Amino acid sequence: MYEWMVTARYYEERLQEEYMEGKEPAFDISAGPIPGELHLAAGHESSAAGVVSHLRAEDTVTAPHRPHHIAIAKGVDLKRMTAEIFGRETGLGSGKGGHMHLFDPDVNFACSGIIGQGVPPAVGAALAEKKRNTDNVAVAFLGEGAIDQGAFLESLNLAKVQELPVVFVIEDNDWAISMPKERVTDVADGSKRGAGHNIPHDRVPQDDAVQVFDAAREAVGRARDDNGPTVLEVQVHRRMGHFMGDAEAYRPEEDKAAAQMRDSIERMEDALENAGVAADDRDAIRADAEARVDEAISWAKDQPEPDPSAAYENEFVNPPAGVADTEPATDGGER
Amino acid sequence: MSDRQLTMSRAMVDAIAHEMREDEEVFVMGEDVADYEGIFDSTTGLREEFGYDRVMDTPISETAFIGAGVGAAQAGMRPIVELMFTDFFGVAMDQIYNNMAKNTYMSDGNVSVPMTLMTAVGGTYNDAAQHSQTLYGTFAHLPGMKVVVPSTAYDAKGLMHKAIRDDDPVVYMFHKRLMGLGWMPAPDGPKTAVPADDYTIPFGSADVKREGADVTVVTLGLHVHRALEAAEELAGDVDVEVIDLRTLVPLDTETVVESVRKTGNLVVVDEDYRSYGVTGEITARVAESALDDLSGVERVALPDVPIPYARPLENEVLPEAQDVIDAVRSLSP
Repeated sequence: MYEWMVTARYYEERLQEEYMEGKEPAFDISAGPIPGELHLAAGHESSAAGVVSHLRAEDTVTAPHRPHHIAIAKGVDLKRMTAEIFGRETGLGSGKGGHMHLFDPDVNFACSGIIGQGVPPAVGAALAEKKRNTDNVAVAFLGEGAIDQGAFLESLNLAKVQELPVVFVIEDNDWAISMPKERVTDVADGSKRGAGHNIPHDRVPQDDAVQVFDAAREAVGRARDDNGPTVLEVQVHRRMGHFMGDAEAYRPEEDKAAAQMRDSIERMEDALENAGVAADDRDAIRADAEARVDEAISWAKDQPEPDPSAAYENEFVNPPAGVADTEPATDGGER
Repeated sequence: MSDRQLTMSRAMVDAIAHEMREDEEVFVMGEDVADYEGIFDSTTGLREEFGYDRVMDTPISETAFIGAGVGAAQAGMRPIVELMFTDFFGVAMDQIYNNMAKNTYMSDGNVSVPMTLMTAVGGTYNDAAQHSQTLYGTFAHLPGMKVVVPSTAYDAKGLMHKAIRDDDPVVYMFHKRLMGLGWMPAPDGPKTAVPADDYTIPFGSADVKREGADVTVVTLGLHVHRALEAAEELAGDVDVEVIDLRTLVPLDTETVVESVRKTGNLVVVDEDYRSYGVTGEITARVAESALDDLSGVERVALPDVPIPYARPLENEVLPEAQDVIDAVRSLSP
């Protein structure tokens, strides 16, 4: 868990550096080696680490628009994920997807950039596992802002009525872009959304990976034993803006400071120390993680950009007859 | 004309604020419209002036708050509801096309839905397949909603006044690249002189943004500026007329047909997908009305693939000024 967490934290710090290249002093979202939106998950590491610890490669995970820490825990290929974020040919999606559209079928990991919309596919993965009589499970990660989406509530009902092996993990970072949780819902404990559907639910009130681990053991175990879905909410923190370049003018200074204070990684280090793991061993894990991240980033930056003609590839697995019509003709008019 | 220059976002807000001062029943509702003042600066300063009651942040529940907009409009209010990205329409489309756009017809005119649905469109900044679409054709295809696509600050203000005052649902699609955002520089062009007083631009009145004799280029939104750039480049060689549709529903066929009668050549430029969209519709209307005058047609649009993330891929699929130039030249006017 610690290894995943420090990998994710350092990864986000490095991506932030890379992202800002070419965007200073004037922030132009389409400039630099990583253009477009970038949603970083610093402060979210505990939820991914604690939950994914209980998963196997065969289990399915869907992540929202803030996916890196979850992808790292799930074992998504770090180099190919990084190449995707840099828009390179050897990225997970050959540069077509980008940072919030990461797909790694080798470890059953997928994303959606649309709020709440990664949840139904996780229910579908659980449905497939149940139909095939495996004991594999699915986990859908979503933010607390997404729990007011119809897709989530409909998914809860379907998962329960079919008793599907799925765990809904709400990462509560208190903020839906600029909207604090208390302004968009009257229910502070988002896991209670499960109660209305007769689904067992739990909330971990601190971003403490060990507590998450314990809560997730029960939730994932329930799914694996074919005892149906669980809603698990984890209190995490958004240490940065919603996306890179978000000045967070709407966010009280004390809330920003608090998010920096309560740090899941420090908590994890205390837990390791109490468990008798020597500081040297922790440092070695951290150094190794940082080396892997640096290697992935430098490898990714060395990868070729995709050839423009690749834009027309793989829209379909079985290209229909006449698909060539969508490609630009040489006369310059077929666009 | 005043000499006050405004960005497109300021011009939109100018109109919204004016209507809110004039009419207590006008209010704004959407995600991050209050404290954040709109992700794309579409509500700057409104919360400060009108407070949270009239500039309402919503939960991330588009079906609920767009549907609530429909209900409030049917109750006689004039809500302005923001769908943050047009790409998000999928989570709320039933409220948009089965309620907002059909209730007037199904009630045989006994119910009106005076609501404005504003939404950000467009790519050019590597935001990939789920955050870069324009979807003009999707909304314009479905009957019962008026569809507005401004390309300049002057047009944006006049069209916004008209949209809010209109007694029918209006989908107001603004292109992010035109708004004058600090973090997404706009091309020269959208920032224009904007009168301080209120004025409306009638729906269904296309605007000839540049006169020319040889080729008619019909377009909208960001691509008005791409087309003007192309026309400038071709000047002295080919005399290009650039028509800005400004509204898709209603569509000003007459201005387009008149222009084609004069030039004989048509190029339609759209940032939306090529098939079953604006380019096909304009071409068909011209063919129906002026086939004998038409010697050549070219379409410049997104090939029928989702919008890719990586820079070389997005540049490949998004129509640029050079694509317009190539299309014009291919007609050998």
